[in-house]
Amino acid sequence: MKRVISVIVENEHGVLARVVNMFAARGYNITSLTVAPIPNSEFSRMTIMSEGDPKVFEQIVKQLYKLIPVYKVIESDDFIEKEMAMVKFPLKEVKDNLADIDAIARCYNGKISNVNDKHVVVSVVDRPDRIDNFLKAMMSKYKNSEIVRSGVSVIER
Amino acid sequence: MKMTGARIVIESLIKENVKVVFGYPGGAIMNVYDELYKQNKFKHILAKHEQGAVHMADGYARATGDVGVAFVTSGPGITNAVTGIATAYTDSIPLVVISGQVPTTAIGTDAFQEVDAVGITRPITKHNFLVKDVKDLAYIIKEAFYLARSGRPGPVHIDIPKDVTVALAKFEYPEKIELKTYKPTYKGNKRAIKRAVEAIKKAKRPVFYIGGGSVLSGASDIIREIVKFTKIPSVETLMARGVLRHDCPYLLGMVGMHGTFAANMAMNDADLIISLGARFDDRVTGKLDEFAKNAEIVHIDIDPSQIGKVVETKYPIVGDVKLVLEEMMPLLFDGINPDRYKEWRDVLNRYQELYPLKYADSDEVIKPQWVIEKTGQLVPENAIITTDVGQHQMWAAQFYPFTYPRQLITSGGLGTMGFGFPAALGAKEGAKDRVVINFTGDGSIMMNIQETLVGYKYNLPVINIILNNNYLGMVRQWQSMFYEDRLSETDLSDVQPDFVKLAESMGGVGYRVSKKEEFEKALKDAMEAKKVAFIDVQVDRREDVLPMVPPNSPLKNMLVFKEDK
Ligand SMILES: Cc1ncc(C[n+]2csc(CCOP(=O)(O)OP(=O)(O)O)c2C)c(N)n1
Ligand SMILES: [Mg+2]
Repeated sequence: MKRVISVIVENEHGVLARVVNMFAARGYNITSLTVAPIPNSEFSRMTIMSEGDPKVFEQIVKQLYKLIPVYKVIESDDFIEKEMAMVKFPLKEVKDNLADIDAIARCYNGKISNVNDKHVVVSVVDRPDRIDNFLKAMMSKYKNSEIVRSGVSVIER
Repeated sequence: MKMTGARIVIESLIKENVKVVFGYPGGAIMNVYDELYKQNKFKHILAKHEQGAVHMADGYARATGDVGVAFVTSGPGITNAVTGIATAYTDSIPLVVISGQVPTTAIGTDAFQEVDAVGITRPITKHNFLVKDVKDLAYIIKEAFYLARSGRPGPVHIDIPKDVTVALAKFEYPEKIELKTYKPTYKGNKRAIKRAVEAIKKAKRPVFYIGGGSVLSGASDIIREIVKFTKIPSVETLMARGVLRHDCPYLLGMVGMHGTFAANMAMNDADLIISLGARFDDRVTGKLDEFAKNAEIVHIDIDPSQIGKVVETKYPIVGDVKLVLEEMMPLLFDGINPDRYKEWRDVLNRYQELYPLKYADSDEVIKPQWVIEKTGQLVPENAIITTDVGQHQMWAAQFYPFTYPRQLITSGGLGTMGFGFPAALGAKEGAKDRVVINFTGDGSIMMNIQETLVGYKYNLPVINIILNNNYLGMVRQWQSMFYEDRLSETDLSDVQPDFVKLAESMGGVGYRVSKKEEFEKALKDAMEAKKVAFIDVQVDRREDVLPMVPPNSPLKNMLVFKEDK
């Protein structure tokens, strides 16, 4: 089972290593991870997507709390989840379909964000499962694309 | 007034009322040692190896309940300390380990004696710090001591770059510390406590499962009172030996792989297990799927991550064992009927009679268990017992008549050979008036025997009783039982030191005992000699530790004594 947790940590030396090491040492998976400071505070927010059964998640949360710089672990079934993805196509593959690509991207809160003489770059922002769909659609239609995903960020509703 | 980082270290330790530091100097920590030299508020014990220094600090902490402190240098200094830190971590022992580091400007350049010290100790400490600014130093030391001793205790490591030890700052030692992100829960939830009490009153076959957390929280007195009043059968883990007196009529003995049959059957057949600061370690539960199938669990622990980690827990109580029991006691005593458990006690007592802890004594050879029992008769009741790791450790845990908590000092979680002797020296430093015995093996004692010189120099006369079977006995036992007796690299009979000469060469005294009659004399002599002693007792080589739950078997499938099969 996939789940996302949000971890509020003190913004200090080595805190990312502590969190990541704990996952590695105890054999828990990290599917994606994003970190950024929370403005006007001494904290950072880490958003971790992981896989495991509920018992594993219970342990993950407890082990996170055991780390001294961890302030709060937020588990919620009611997160707004967003992820960003960028896809780069060789221009020659897609030059006849730019309108189509732009239309699809718009369905996923995105658009073509850059075109030059070699490449077209599309970016979208949406729920991770919808990003999956978007990428599947793109890959089945066009070849030789390059994909970057940001990892998920969440906020409680 | 401003002072150097090195001086701040020393002044902070004085503020913490530290009485002794165990350590070993080197380049990166020289400034701290220079300030140490200039003060006389606390003592420094120069170990012969950093592992020894940390085990000494650990033994000191276990014996006294205070925080143990160690100094080491950068690079090999801190890597040598790693086993000591990990040993303390797995047994939740409060330490503050301070290491030197290359200057901040050199960090990351692969400088001489640079290792990523905080990277190495991160998974084996409760917390660690790399001090980058001298202005933070005093606060960090305060925080380190606070973290080490509060909540679930553990070792804390502070890595101090050399330039920080010469930099200047105002010394202000915080009076109190308040951490936003760390607030251990000491008092148990009242409703959870009430529910647990009801469950105990309703149970037919309850058992107190007493673990090391009971020792750390100082809960022995109240546990004794509760057990006496409720007459609930009780078992102890290795880390909890001595919480109940050995002759307590409700103590079934040690639980787990080498526990008593009755203790393990109590866990197996219980309908309610009340865990007091224990953690359902695999050496206790045996095969997990078959562990305590009919039992509900009350789990009292200060560390929430222990609860529900291994077994499903119906009655979780996060809190300090002693404080929780103080809340529980009046509720429990109100209306509990100890007769309710009489049938259960009778069943367990029958198990105890059927398969008591025993050994086949002999007049020809010395049985290791006999040595332990005999020692129990000869030394004062308040003696401190340390052990190394192996068969001798299990025999000590099984056969020594423990009478008080903190009496047994042993590496339970990590199982570190080489722990016993330096830990004994540290314990002796913390309890000068007591006899300190280290039960050790011919394998283990060689891992830190260099510390004999420490015993000599600082007048810490501990007595090592080597149960010498000329084997890495515990491994040999497994090879005999599970590897068709293929004794791969466990026979030590080809080369053995002359322990008498070895002791004498480092200011100690040695005895070689190969007959029973010689033992009593040697031990009495050693107690009077006031020197580090080695009593090399030649014991029956092929003795096995029994009973035994074979690895990954259910608790009830114990291998018992040959004639009992
Ligand atoms: C540092 C370390 N290395 C290896 C082991 C594995 N080990 C466990 S018990 C044991 C044998 C110990 O031999 P000895 O000290 O003679 O004790 P005995 O079992 O013979 O009483 C070994 C090698 C260990 N526990 N610790
Ligand atoms: Mg041996």
